[in-house]
Amino acid sequence: MAKMATREAYGKALAELIVRDEKVIVLDADLSKSTKTYDAKAVCPSRHFNVGIAECDMMGIAAGLATCGNTVYASSFAMFAAGRAYEIVRNSIGYTHLNVKICATHAGITLGEDGASHQSIEDISLMRGIPGMNVVQPCDDIETAQVINAIANINGPFYIRLGRGAVDTVNAPDYKWQLGKGVVLKEGKDITIFATGVMVQQALLAYDALKAEGVEVTVVNIHTIKPLDKELIVKLAKKSKLIVSAEEHSKYGGLSSAIAEVLAAKCPTLMEVVAINDTFGESGTPNALLEKYGLTSKEIIAAVKRHI
Amino acid sequence: MHNIAALQETALRVRRNIIKMVTEAKSGHIGGSFSATEIAVSLYFEEMNITKSNVKDKVRDKFVLSKGHASPLLFAVLCEKGFLEEKELLTFRKINSKLQGHPNMNYVDGVDMSTGSLGQGISAAVGMALSYKIHNQDFRVYSLVGDGESQEGMVWEAAMAAAHYKLDNLLVILDQNGLQIDGDITKVMNPLPLDEKFKAFGWHVLYVDGHDYNQLLDAYAKAKTIKGQPTVIIAKTIKGKGVSFMENQAGWHGVAPTPEQAEAALKELV
Repeated sequence: MAKMATREAYGKALAELIVRDEKVIVLDADLSKSTKTYDAKAVCPSRHFNVGIAECDMMGIAAGLATCGNTVYASSFAMFAAGRAYEIVRNSIGYTHLNVKICATHAGITLGEDGASHQSIEDISLMRGIPGMNVVQPCDDIETAQVINAIANINGPFYIRLGRGAVDTVNAPDYKWQLGKGVVLKEGKDITIFATGVMVQQALLAYDALKAEGVEVTVVNIHTIKPLDKELIVKLAKKSKLIVSAEEHSKYGGLSSAIAEVLAAKCPTLMEVVAINDTFGESGTPNALLEKYGLTSKEIIAAVKRHI
Repeated sequence: MHNIAALQETALRVRRNIIKMVTEAKSGHIGGSFSATEIAVSLYFEEMNITKSNVKDKVRDKFVLSKGHASPLLFAVLCEKGFLEEKELLTFRKINSKLQGHPNMNYVDGVDMSTGSLGQGISAAVGMALSYKIHNQDFRVYSLVGDGESQEGMVWEAAMAAAHYKLDNLLVILDQNGLQIDGDITKVMNPLPLDEKFKAFGWHVLYVDGHDYNQLLDAYAKAKTIKGQPTVIIAKTIKGKGVSFMENQAGWHGVAPTPEQAEAALKELV
C-alpha cells in the first residue's frame, strides 16, 4: 500500500496550485522544510514569504494580504498556528471571515520525538470554537491534495490539520473531496465508527479484525469536523446501537464532542470515545505514542467488543 | 496650498460627534480619539485617495486603525467622508448597530480592517503593503498605532517584517499621547524611546506635533520620498485634546461623560 504524510501531499499540491493560481500567497514561519511549503517556494519564490519565528505576525500579515483579494495559505506546526496565534486567528481571520487557509502540520502526538511541548492535542477544539471557521483533517495524500485545491475556490477561513508521519493511502485516485460530507468507507450493521485523520487507518484495521470475527461495523471518514455532516451522523446513529468516535486529539472539544453535540440533540445514542484521555503526550516514536496513549485499532476493537 | 481652515472645521465636527456618540452610548474612548483627531482628519482629507467611488475596492489606499478603541474617531471621520449617516453615529455601541465598540470591516464601508485587540492592526497593515509590493500596485497603507499599544510584542514582530520586506509604501503614525488605561505609559511599562526602537528595527523616523496640520502633511509628503524602508511618524499628542478638563487625563481613556460634562465639552468645541 502506498504511504505518504499528509504534509508531503500538502507541499506537492501547493507547489502546483501556486503556479496555477496567481492569487495564492504562501506564508511560513521558519518551518517551511517541515511544513513542506518549501516546495511552493522552490517553484514560485516571489509569492512565498518566510516571516521568521513569528506566528502571530504571520497570521496578522495573512489577514492583511487577504483583505487585498489574495488567497493566503499560512503554515506552521499546529501548536503554534492554532495555539500560540489563537487570538490573532480568532480576531483577524475568524471575526473578519477572511480568505486565509491555515495549514497546520505536525498535529497531534504523532509529531513524536519533539515531545508534549510541540504536540497539539487541543487545536480542533480551539479552531472549531471560532464562528465561521472551517475545520478539515484529511486522512491521506489523495484527500489532502483534493482539499488543498478545493479550498482555493471556497471563500473564507479554513483550518487544515495535517500530520507529520507517513500514512497509508485509503482513497482511490479518482476520489473527490466535498466539504462537510462524511465518507462511508465500510458499510456494516449496527455499530458505526466515525474516525478522523490518522485514526481512519486504525478504524479500517479494526474493521478487518472485527470482520474476521464475524462483526461488521460501519466506518466513516469524518474529514470535515466543521461544518460537521450532521445529516449522515444522525442517519447512521438511527440504525446503530453504538457509535465509536476516534481521533488523535484530546477527548475534550474535538470530534467526539462535535458528534456528541449532534447525537444528544437529534438521536441520543451510546458512544465510546477513542481519544487522548486528558493528558499531555511525551517524546517517543509516533507508533510508540499511539500505542501508549490508546490510539490504535486495539482500542477501537475493545470499544466495539464492550457492546456485542 | 492645503486648506488648513477646512481641516480645522472638519476636526471640530469630528470631535463634537465623538462627544455625542460616546455620551449617547454611555461608553467609549474619547481620550485616544481626540489625541489622534488631526492625524485621522489630515489622512482622510488630504493624504489618502479614498472616495465614495473606490471605497468598496479591495485594492486602494488603506487605513488600519491599529488602536481600534479609537473607533469613535474613525466612525466620525467616515461620516465626514459621507460613508456613514450622521444619525447612524448615535447607534454606536448599541445593539444591532453597524458601529461596534471596536471597528468591524464587514459592517462599515471604509473600515479597512477589523481591529481592537491591540498589536494586530499593524501586522495586517504589513500584509496589505506587502500585497501591493507583490502585485506592483501603487497604493499606500497607513496605520495608526498607540504608544501604549507598542507594549504588545506583536507590534515589533510586524516592525521587523515591514523593514525586512522594505515596505516603503507603509506609513505608521504613532500616537504618542503618553497615557494608557492604568496611567502614564512610562510608569506602567515604559516603551520609550520608541524612535530609537523603530530605527533599530530598520525604519525611517519622523517627528511631528500630532495636532499641527502643517507638520503632519509635510511628514506625509516626506515619507513618500523615503525608499527601501518603512517610515514611522512619532506624533507627540495630548490625550483628550480639545476639551480642557479631558486633556492629559488617563481617566478619560474609556469613560463616557455625563450629560453635563458633555454639554461643557461641546461648549469648548466651537
